[in-house]
Amino acid sequence: MTAIPAEPDQEERLQAAFDATIARRDRIEPRDWMPDAYRSTLVRQIAQHAHSEIIGMQPEGDWISRAPSLRRKAILLAKVQDEAGHGLYLYAACETLGVSRAELTDLLLAGRQKYSSIFNYPTLSYADVGTIGWLVDGAAICNQVPLCRTSYGPYGRAMIRICKEESFHQRQGYELLMTMMRGTDEQRAMVQESVDRFWWPVLMMFGPPDAQSPNSERSMAWGIKRNSNDELRQKFVDMTVPQAKALGVTLPDPDLRWNAERGAHDFGEPDWAEFAAVIRGEGPCNAQRVAHRRAAHEEGAWVREAATAFARRSAGEGGR
Amino acid sequence: MSDDHGSIFDGLLGGDSSQWAFGTDFEDPLAGVDTTTPDGVDPAELAAYCLMLGDDALIMSQRLSEWCSRAPDLEEDIALANVALDLLGQARLLLARAAAADPGVVPALPAGSPVPPEDALAFFREDRDFRNVRLAEVANGDFGHVVVRLLLFSVARLALLERLRTSRDHVLAAVAAKGVKEVAYHRDWAGRWFLTLARGTEESRRRLLAALDALFPLWAELVTAHPVERSLASAGVGVDPAFLREEVDAVLDQVLAASGVERPARPPLAGAGERTGRDGAHTEALSLLLAEMQVVARAHPSGRW
Repeated sequence: MTAIPAEPDQEERLQAAFDATIARRDRIEPRDWMPDAYRSTLVRQIAQHAHSEIIGMQPEGDWISRAPSLRRKAILLAKVQDEAGHGLYLYAACETLGVSRAELTDLLLAGRQKYSSIFNYPTLSYADVGTIGWLVDGAAICNQVPLCRTSYGPYGRAMIRICKEESFHQRQGYELLMTMMRGTDEQRAMVQESVDRFWWPVLMMFGPPDAQSPNSERSMAWGIKRNSNDELRQKFVDMTVPQAKALGVTLPDPDLRWNAERGAHDFGEPDWAEFAAVIRGEGPCNAQRVAHRRAAHEEGAWVREAATAFARRSAGEGGR
Repeated sequence: MSDDHGSIFDGLLGGDSSQWAFGTDFEDPLAGVDTTTPDGVDPAELAAYCLMLGDDALIMSQRLSEWCSRAPDLEEDIALANVALDLLGQARLLLARAAAADPGVVPALPAGSPVPPEDALAFFREDRDFRNVRLAEVANGDFGHVVVRLLLFSVARLALLERLRTSRDHVLAAVAAKGVKEVAYHRDWAGRWFLTLARGTEESRRRLLAALDALFPLWAELVTAHPVERSLASAGVGVDPAFLREEVDAVLDQVLAASGVERPARPPLAGAGERTGRDGAHTEALSLLLAEMQVVARAHPSGRW
């Protein structure tokens, strides 16, 4: 979809009004004029976020059938269901920009749109359900809370609700790990192993270092993005260190230490070559995640066709 | 960095565990409820009855939750998870009620194990100790299969719960009062999709009829009375499903008629002699289902979750 065609001087006026809205930190709404590149940047970002919610159902959803207590089963099922709900709001926000959910799903399955790299790592124990809640959802919240004030109205409003639910998920994940740490030695070892495995991939969730982030500068100027990748990563590390201590686990980074001068933690560099490989589709679960989504989509095609045919027939009968 | 939303992490390190999982963080689901067995009722029979209704809900929930991330559309993914969550909630209360009525039904665990009774019953019983109908346990098929299974199940369960609301057992009456609202939605969802698939496309009708044909032989078990059900019905505590048959048939026939579908002429699935799911005689599917469901819990019989 493109912006409404405008005469050159009119276009200048529209651009000036848009710039002024951004400068005032007001919201851009679906019917407002916006530059084509602003629209396509938003579609890319919101779609990637929506796909992350939907693909993100898989690694945790895989443990619903094996949850070790009925209470945990209920919590996990409700959480994964919330992720489907988040996907729905975000696809709806994207639809206000003129792209349908079906089109976005096709782009995901064709590999033309991405989702968060973290979901290309496997879940190997029940502790991973807790670690994903604590660290993955925690990192997602750090990324997403500033987006509640993003310049595009429908996206910002969707994020407010999503962040509330995500923070609830994070607490549930942390509570699971806390409970396991009060359990047996085997359970404590399971928690530590899980944290060791997820720590570095979680730090990669904030994206490449600022100096290598190609889209960041423009997104900041447009108020789509409010904080840089490195700022958010630092904030996350500073929040997480005391939580890890309270939990009784170590974070697998020999360079992690408090720097009194900066008033922040110093920490090591994630393996950016691994990050690049996962983004290229070479992570442990990339093929599996997309294949799962494709199978669900294709196996459901006859149901969606039936619903459409039934609705059309019912409308026809109603009109007689 | 100025960020007025940073407070979202506040309180995360507090020692108050009540802040965590709202509405789910109960150790004893029957805390504060009168669990005295009503006069004239055999506690072992009451426990067996609670296991029948509880296992139906638990095993259906397990099968429904396998649909998570696999439904034809996000809306249906969410709907199926809702149904699974409702039934899981019913199962937890009913298993806890079974354990309170007759602690003898709860499998023994290592001394000092923190596993609560509801989990000991769900995760440490053998397949032959499960009392669910076989309709709940057979492996999932396509979307038509889940629609038919849920329709057959919820038509019978709704009729049962409506009557169970006046049970002399306070827990059963309370579970039924809440469950009626939930299962009414399950039945509506399944009925709406049954009609849609029956009148949608040739392909959807073909698949729906195949699922109905496969599952219909399992339907009779839901409306056939077990001696425990008869005994508790006469004591004013349970419901005799044989008395529901007429009503349940009428509801089902209405859905079939609206959908232009004939009731399959299939006999009930044979059991092991006279024994069926209610007696612990199951299909091959249950053992596999339990192997998956119980694997983590059994690996950590003294674990805390």
